[in-house]
Amino acid sequence: MGTGVRIHLTSVLVDDQEKALRFYTDVLGFVTKHDVPLGDARWLTVVSPQDPDGTELLLEPDGHPAVKPFKEALVADGIPFTSFAVDDVETEYERLRGLGVRFTQQPVDMGPVTTAVLDDTCGNLIQIATQAG
Amino acid sequence: MLLDVGDVFKALVDPTRRLILDELTERDGQTLFEICARLTTKHGLGSSRQAISQHLDVLEAAGLVETRREGRYKFHHIDTAPLVPIVERWLRPERWGPA
Repeated sequence: MGTGVRIHLTSVLVDDQEKALRFYTDVLGFVTKHDVPLGDARWLTVVSPQDPDGTELLLEPDGHPAVKPFKEALVADGIPFTSFAVDDVETEYERLRGLGVRFTQQPVDMGPVTTAVLDDTCGNLIQIATQAG
Repeated sequence: MLLDVGDVFKALVDPTRRLILDELTERDGQTLFEICARLTTKHGLGSSRQAISQHLDVLEAAGLVETRREGRYKFHHIDTAPLVPIVERWLRPERWGPA
């Protein structure tokens, strides 16, 4: 018997919520789901326009002092914080590059999956992936 | 840069390090993440990130890999210059076979 547990929310830690909202909506193509003032920050989530009731991505402030060295270490080694699915990595790579997005890994065919890694301008690297077949 | 040719041979003796050079030949300038991902997915290698990082240190000490910082990112590049003395030492043009 299942417990019904499922992922409804995940987060990226961003250095500036407003800048993050612009990048994740205007550039990556997500749409705003919730934008609620919360103390000196916002409860700010985005979703895929193809799945508006699906998993929300929380653009979460990275103010905790432990976060910055953690993020910097990941970025230096090229390690993405999380991964998003796209229909076709190559097409998305060209589109995003045209918008001035910086990639630390151009598309690579990794067998079952093709991936690329981009900079979200908010202190994270993000992988985009397309499953083969 | 004066490198011991012994370091170059020592660096090349390990099959994982040769695969790293293969992958950097296919695309020069890779992050540690990309190198690890290629070794895992294309070659089925189960080495840890730390192990790959140590292999890169050996290659760098031998002058075969150069690390370049670009802003907050770090990229690894292949440098084949240390191979030239090895080739010139024994491989003479007249022995390369029919032109």
